[in-house]
Amino acid sequence: MTETQTLASARAKPAATTSRRDDSAGLGYLESLPARVVRVYIPLAIILVVLLFPFYWMALTAIKPDEQLLDLDRYSPFWTWNPTFKHFHKLLFETQYPLWLWNTMLVAICATVLSIVASVLAAYAIVRLRFKGAQWVGGAIFLAYLVPPSILFIPLSSVVFQYGLFDTPFALILTYPTILIPFSTWLLMGYFKTIPFELEECALIDGASRWQILIQIVLPLAIPGLISAFIFCFTLCWNEFIYALTFLSSTQNKTVPVAIVNEFVDGDIYRWGSLMAGALAGSLPLVILYAFFVEHYVTAMTGAVKE
Amino acid sequence: MADIALGQSGPKPVPREATAWERLQVNRDWLGFWFMVPAAAFLILFLAYPLGLGVWLSFTDAKIGRSGEFIGLENYAWLWDDSVFWLSIFNTLLYTSVASVVKFAIGLYLALLLNENLPFKALLRAVVLIPFIVPTVLSAIAFWWIYDAQFSIISWSLRHLGLISTNIDFLGDMWNARWSVIVANIWRGIPFIAITLLAGLQTVAPSLHEAATIDGATRWQIFRYITFPLLTPIIAVVMTFSVLFTFTDFQLIWVLTRGGPVNATQLMATLSYQRAILSGHLGEGAAISTAMIPFLVGAILLSWFGLQRRKWQQGESND
Repeated sequence: MTETQTLASARAKPAATTSRRDDSAGLGYLESLPARVVRVYIPLAIILVVLLFPFYWMALTAIKPDEQLLDLDRYSPFWTWNPTFKHFHKLLFETQYPLWLWNTMLVAICATVLSIVASVLAAYAIVRLRFKGAQWVGGAIFLAYLVPPSILFIPLSSVVFQYGLFDTPFALILTYPTILIPFSTWLLMGYFKTIPFELEECALIDGASRWQILIQIVLPLAIPGLISAFIFCFTLCWNEFIYALTFLSSTQNKTVPVAIVNEFVDGDIYRWGSLMAGALAGSLPLVILYAFFVEHYVTAMTGAVKE
Repeated sequence: MADIALGQSGPKPVPREATAWERLQVNRDWLGFWFMVPAAAFLILFLAYPLGLGVWLSFTDAKIGRSGEFIGLENYAWLWDDSVFWLSIFNTLLYTSVASVVKFAIGLYLALLLNENLPFKALLRAVVLIPFIVPTVLSAIAFWWIYDAQFSIISWSLRHLGLISTNIDFLGDMWNARWSVIVANIWRGIPFIAITLLAGLQTVAPSLHEAATIDGATRWQIFRYITFPLLTPIIAVVMTFSVLFTFTDFQLIWVLTRGGPVNATQLMATLSYQRAILSGHLGEGAAISTAMIPFLVGAILLSWFGLQRRKWQQGESND
């Protein structure tokens, strides 16, 4: 939209219109281009470079040959002309990296599915069944959201030990939902509230049970919310560290974050290449998933905060 | 829905009394109870119970593999005289306050920049979030390499710009290490704050800004008297979370310094891990975690009520 058009459209529209797509340029026409470059583009570019530099550095280190990695004076450190996949090769064939990746994936998927099922039921009950004390339960779930894993891992480790779950994937599959359920319940409550109550009333009059209503009416309408919750939970699982560090001990059971920190850190001065390759390979699944579902991800993040 | 409707509309005999079971099936409280069972089971077994157990453990001398005896406040008395514990509180408060303030300032600035009318806005927003997507441990490893004592790219660049003559020992010196972990935490936290505040900014009607501009308000006045007040409710929530998760941070420190050098970056979370899991003194570690709770409650109340107050000042009802 050009600047003059914006002015015209802003005038033509009634004052009540707040749709941000149409008049987002606002009074932008008052500002000249150079002023805008200094005020907006340069600071934005600086922040973006700082935010992305570590990833560039990670990727570059992962594909640099060892001798270039440590010799900063003969080779320019910011670029390489001889990329190598040696580090990735080492990662895949000389370590248990594929196994760790599989563990992480398994734990993340199981914990996420469990949490989503539990959250759907809980959110529906709180928002739509409105049983006695539903408000209080909703508040309690929000409080549970505020309990950080760092103060829970010590007693949880003794609980995990008591239940005989220590050093098994179940230790994580069953404890991660405590982080995920409060979040996804809160998110889904927001989604369920937006589904018109009339739809359910019709179904109730037709004799549908609550269960049928949930499965056949509410859930299909809440699919965007379910995707958001799923993606966000999955990312949280992948990111979790302290429980995985505490509850797992054998190398073959570890998840990627824990394994990278514990298994790669030997005294080898050339470890950086494979370490960075490991970090990159561990981030890629999430980044790819994220690339496909950016909008859902942002909704999940902002939705949970707005409620 | 059609089949359900048809199934029910067959020829019906005289309506009979609903049995107790049938009445129970449509009882909200009964149904609500069963719908809540899975979530409640998880949260009670693995959250509420451990939370209580943690407080109880802090009053015992439990060790790994040995359930403890009740010893009253002995753990706390021991910690009271422990200089490392007090140092960890100082570090945690420093870490939380500096990181939160800077994160908030840069995050808000970035949100305001992204709220401008930019080309490729959606793409920019997606890119900004990447540091938040990548697992903390993995990005912390990248920082570890960036902060390397010998091969740090920052030292190299500064040396070649002629600003320093020897490499900076980022993680080996006490104060350097503190600032380094704070910077890494800020880097990691900015996207979350920026993107959530951006979502809040997008609900501020541009017509308000236009009206203010016509009234002769400067850019700063528009921000101070229009944008910021409208944004305070969401700032309250975002900062509550940010403070909470910065205060209890563990991963970043564990990867970068493990609390060193000489406990300079030892946070309460890392100290409790060291004492409870590595040294096996569960009781003492639990006492440290329990000592975090008052700080957390204080931080939550402060940011919640301090900022949330605005909501009813603007004539909205409280939730």
